[in-house]
Amino acid sequence: MTGRLARTFSSVAAAALTAACASYSEIPIETPIRPTMDVSAFQRVLVAGFISGGSEDVDGNLETTRLLRSQLRNKSGLRVIDTDSLPLLEVANEGRTASGAGTPAAPKDEKEMEMYSNVFANVEYWKKIGEEYQQPLIVTGTVLFTPHQRNSIVQREEEVYDSFGRRRVVPVRGYVERKGFALKPKFIFIDGRTGTVMHSQTASEEILYNANQATPALSSYFELMDRILPGFLSTLSSQKVKGTRVLLQ
Amino acid sequence: MRMKVLLLVLVLGGLSGPALADARGDAKEQVKFGIAVAQRGLWREAIYRWERATQLDPTYAAAHNNLAIGYEHEGDLNKARGAYEKAMELEPGNALIKQNYELFKEINDRTTRKDVQ
Repeated sequence: MTGRLARTFSSVAAAALTAACASYSEIPIETPIRPTMDVSAFQRVLVAGFISGGSEDVDGNLETTRLLRSQLRNKSGLRVIDTDSLPLLEVANEGRTASGAGTPAAPKDEKEMEMYSNVFANVEYWKKIGEEYQQPLIVTGTVLFTPHQRNSIVQREEEVYDSFGRRRVVPVRGYVERKGFALKPKFIFIDGRTGTVMHSQTASEEILYNANQATPALSSYFELMDRILPGFLSTLSSQKVKGTRVLLQ
Repeated sequence: MRMKVLLLVLVLGGLSGPALADARGDAKEQVKFGIAVAQRGLWREAIYRWERATQLDPTYAAAHNNLAIGYEHEGDLNKARGAYEKAMELEPGNALIKQNYELFKEINDRTTRKDVQ
């Protein structure tokens, strides 16, 4: 009798488990995202260059220009114009000081970066650039890539032995110094026909490593840009975001 | 009088019980079929089935959840949000619906982020 009861219970439990497992299923989906900007009026795009600052280990202007051009070439319907990036720091400096003499120093922080932002509002300058390149969509902006560090509390496990020599593992919390980089680009989209700003978009990402971990600045830059790029691309072209969802019964 | 009211409630209750059960049963069939076709990539048909399920039984949270996923896959994010919110309203404690909704919100926030000049 007890055996039969146990068998009945186990079969009911198995059925319940099967029912519970069968009541949902994961499914991969691809969500199409429409572009934020209407760029149908343009056939060509000029990634003109960036005012970059912060760490001297990475040339933010050169790397960002290269990266955006290659991404736009592969993931947008626009023809990418290949040319040298514009000396925006000098142009901005001319507008900022009366003399404009000498090569200006790269901005070190956001406050200094802001002082050069007048160049993006220079309609005549951008209109001239637009005429030179057959009125494309112009992508420009600022890139601030700075070293960054933060102390944070982390929990780790530590072995301890009591008076009888018995080993135990206990969680220990402590401060750990972490170093890394912060990347703050501002993408500005200018209409090459009129020289006016159509749209601007800021992003901010940071990455931290343990202090004893030596990660090259350039690889951190690319890691951070990897996170920022989907947002940039979705401004100009429709993207598909892959993911999984759970269907229920 | 009180007896009559009680009798009426019992009769109505007795009638509506099976009717509700039928509606849920039919809706479940639609949901099941919708899942089968979605798994074969036939999302339009799946959406049709899940819409039908929500019409048959508007209190069926799973149907609203699946419909939201279908809308999301088609890029109709406004409709997806509405369907997720309905599913959450019907079953606020369902962790799977909540998880789907959180993932959806991540994508939706990206598209609605306004940083326009």
